[in-house]
Amino acid sequence: MSVERTMTPPQKPLVIANRLCKTFGGGRSLLGPSAPALKAVNDVSFEIFPGETLGLVGESGSGKSTTGRVLLQLEEPTSGDIIFKGQNLTGLSKSLLKPHRRDMQIIFQDPYSSLNPRMTVGEFVAEPLIVHGVATNKSERNDRVAALFRKVGLDPSFMTRYPHEFSGGQRQRVCIARGIALDPAFIVADEPITALDVSIQAQIVNLFQDLQDELGLTYLFIAHDLSMIRYLCHRVAVMLRGRIVEIGPCEAIFENPQHPYTQALLSAIPIPDPKIERNRRPIAFDVNANPIPEAATLRTVGEGHLALVY
Amino acid sequence: MAPLLEIRNLTVVFDTPAGTVHAVNDVSYTIEEGETLGIVGESGSGKSVHALSMVGLIARPPGRIVSGEVYFKGRDLLKLSQRELLDLRGKEIGFVFQDPMTSLNPVLTVERQIAEPLRRHFNLSKNQARERVVELLELVGIPNARERIGQYPHEFSGGMRQRVMIAIGISCNPKLLIADEATTALDVTVQAQILDLVRDLKKKFGTTVIWITHDMGVVAGLADTIQVMYGGRIMERGPVDTVFEDPRSAYTWGLLKSLPHGGKRGTTRLYQIPGNPPNLINEPIGDPFAPRNAFATERCLRETPPLQQVEGSVPGHKAAVWYDLREKLKKQEAKV
Amino acid sequence: MKSFLSALLRSRAGLFGFVLVMLFVAGAILAPYLGLASPIRSSLTSRMVAPTWTGLFSPGAHPLGTDELGRDILSRILYGSRTTLLIAAGAVILGGAVGTLLGIIAGYYRGIVDRILMRVVDIQLALPLMLLALLVVAAVGASTQNLVIVLALTSWLRYARIIRGQVLALREREFILSAHAIGAGTWRIMIKHLLPNVMTPVLVIATLELARIIIMDAALSFLGLGVQPPSPSWGRMLADGRVYITTAWWIVTFPGLAILLTVLSVNLLGDWLRDYFDPKLRTAR
Repeated sequence: MSVERTMTPPQKPLVIANRLCKTFGGGRSLLGPSAPALKAVNDVSFEIFPGETLGLVGESGSGKSTTGRVLLQLEEPTSGDIIFKGQNLTGLSKSLLKPHRRDMQIIFQDPYSSLNPRMTVGEFVAEPLIVHGVATNKSERNDRVAALFRKVGLDPSFMTRYPHEFSGGQRQRVCIARGIALDPAFIVADEPITALDVSIQAQIVNLFQDLQDELGLTYLFIAHDLSMIRYLCHRVAVMLRGRIVEIGPCEAIFENPQHPYTQALLSAIPIPDPKIERNRRPIAFDVNANPIPEAATLRTVGEGHLALVY
Repeated sequence: MAPLLEIRNLTVVFDTPAGTVHAVNDVSYTIEEGETLGIVGESGSGKSVHALSMVGLIARPPGRIVSGEVYFKGRDLLKLSQRELLDLRGKEIGFVFQDPMTSLNPVLTVERQIAEPLRRHFNLSKNQARERVVELLELVGIPNARERIGQYPHEFSGGMRQRVMIAIGISCNPKLLIADEATTALDVTVQAQILDLVRDLKKKFGTTVIWITHDMGVVAGLADTIQVMYGGRIMERGPVDTVFEDPRSAYTWGLLKSLPHGGKRGTTRLYQIPGNPPNLINEPIGDPFAPRNAFATERCLRETPPLQQVEGSVPGHKAAVWYDLREKLKKQEAKV
Repeated sequence: MKSFLSALLRSRAGLFGFVLVMLFVAGAILAPYLGLASPIRSSLTSRMVAPTWTGLFSPGAHPLGTDELGRDILSRILYGSRTTLLIAAGAVILGGAVGTLLGIIAGYYRGIVDRILMRVVDIQLALPLMLLALLVVAAVGASTQNLVIVLALTSWLRYARIIRGQVLALREREFILSAHAIGAGTWRIMIKHLLPNVMTPVLVIATLELARIIIMDAALSFLGLGVQPPSPSWGRMLADGRVYITTAWWIVTFPGLAILLTVLSVNLLGDWLRDYFDPKLRTAR
């Protein structure tokens, strides 16, 4: 089990998102009126420190997945900056970005669509090594892939098999092996356990923890299961309609939520205990009735704990 | 009083190119009128397939009901004709499925879709049906119901669509409502509202509910009885409080133990059930959970344990085990 | 190779198709060495001889009969298969490769590239393909090479259209995003990730196209724009023999049968190849 890292400076952040915005649509099309622009990510700023796990929660469509993808430059931000290891990544060309790609990876939610069905899982895990010219010798590469398989708890003899022969949990392990193949510093985990069977989720959560302890990884852990977030994360950011409404240390958020949406979210978690669950009364929060004013800003409400106040 | 629904020895298989998938193996249980049964299981546990097959909603072929009887109000549903089933579904047994986007027809207005079973089963006029649709939408908490009935499914949000699905499910005041992962695709805040709605409906109409889910938390809050399924079999069943407090199947125990339970970072490591879900293509032999069960005995691998009343527990608490979990756990504790 | 053959041996239809295709190919290659009568020398004394199976191996035997000019039909079919199969295979491969590549490019880049390519497809689809082929052949002449190009020209758009749609769906899949995330280049994504996942539709279209192209080649010959006489081609044999269908059925029947068998065998082989390339079906068996 990991020793709790103290989150006090002088540590410099590994990742900084500075006023990120991502707008979809809104462009003028040749025929017909232009579609209204959707602000999927709206003025989002946060920092992630080395070795830390930042949880990102919110309803579907809140922009949490888009934030993760923009952070890794899988989608270009409309405005704002991404600073990774002190270097601004926004606007870099594909070739200038490539060396940074070794350092940051993503694990997706659906282990069924995140593997190429026509590629053996061994080839799939080896691909980042090939792309970055690491272990160019075939037998050396094979050894490295086998080592990666063992590290994520898969039998290396499975390397020559195709994805359809694996269960969801095993597929997710394959994705994780590929994710850590180049020894990245930072991993975006986009709902990595949501699609898995309940009896498998704990396995994958433990694997994430073990890899963090072993490799010193930094995670952005996107999820909607708040109890897992509490278990896994040092800090949490809550997103609503493209904006961060609250961010802070896990315990501060869970014990003392400030934004009404965070309060609603926390009160809605079903608790696997009939006695508590029967008496739980969720707090309602209607987003449509309470739109976030564009001018609202995050204010400090506690140590390292910020909330949108308006 | 006779139970509302009684399932006896239901076995369902699917004939696929890769082999015969044994989806439901010898499942028997009853549900009383007004009871809420929460069925918990993962994919491949048979929880959805058994519910769909008892009202003729699985494709045959590849599906095949090998054996079993399903008595609903004294009639064996498996012996009914398609026509009789059609009369029954919607009217006596309502359904709510996981994905409202694929279960609603995108080119029909919401009014048409809710009114269809009403007009079919009760011969309502168009205006009568409309009044009832408005009433139902108000009941499930859709604001401005009268204005919204002419809208199409895509004009509703995910949570609102699921409410529409529930409105369809309860439109004919069914005796039994079967919900299959009905809140899985929804956000937790919306899920909480839907669960509240279901509790209200039970109170108001005394509807009997089968709530199928993978979420222990949902079952804890909603169900009177919990039934845990795995590998096409019932592993354990009993009053929710009893089963959550004192599980007797290693699978139930493992599931409960693997949840974080409000645990904070850096506390204990999560308990993990080892291994992978069973391959249902193999002929089911023994306890399906045995290969992943640290407490399994030699007998578990060879022989399928029957679902039996747990000795010394409350009546109705049944488990399919060859071992005594409490003893095993005590021994394990002593070792540590 | 070994796994390919053992998989083939397990499928009756696939094996049948494969053997038949191989027979046609062997016949085409070995035609000059089989001691057959000349396919082009006419003989007025033996015009329209019915098929006879007596004295099969004597020099003057015509197992499939002779045509209106006394030329041996078996020999003409075998020699004809050299041009017909070459043209058909060439056109399918060329059209398939170009169409698939353009389909992948259009679906992958979307935007302006996609719009231009798809408008070209639309415009070409609006013209009758036969007319287009006739115009081009009339303009550039009917060499084997030109015929391959012309027939490929009528074929690529079918691949491009369908493959583009497939790629549009595929590029949203997470394994493509994952390839971007590791910094994989465009070429790698197209060849390693997109192409293998569109092979199923490509093979299905290719088997259908092969049949269509053989028949189109026959039609061009029929109209006098295919391979020039006296070189034999299946299409021309059909065209020339059709007037005798009531008096000498064999002149038109055997080339027709050859076309039928080729198309059938390629279809069977194509179906099997499609399954073979699908890892899901390969391991299920």
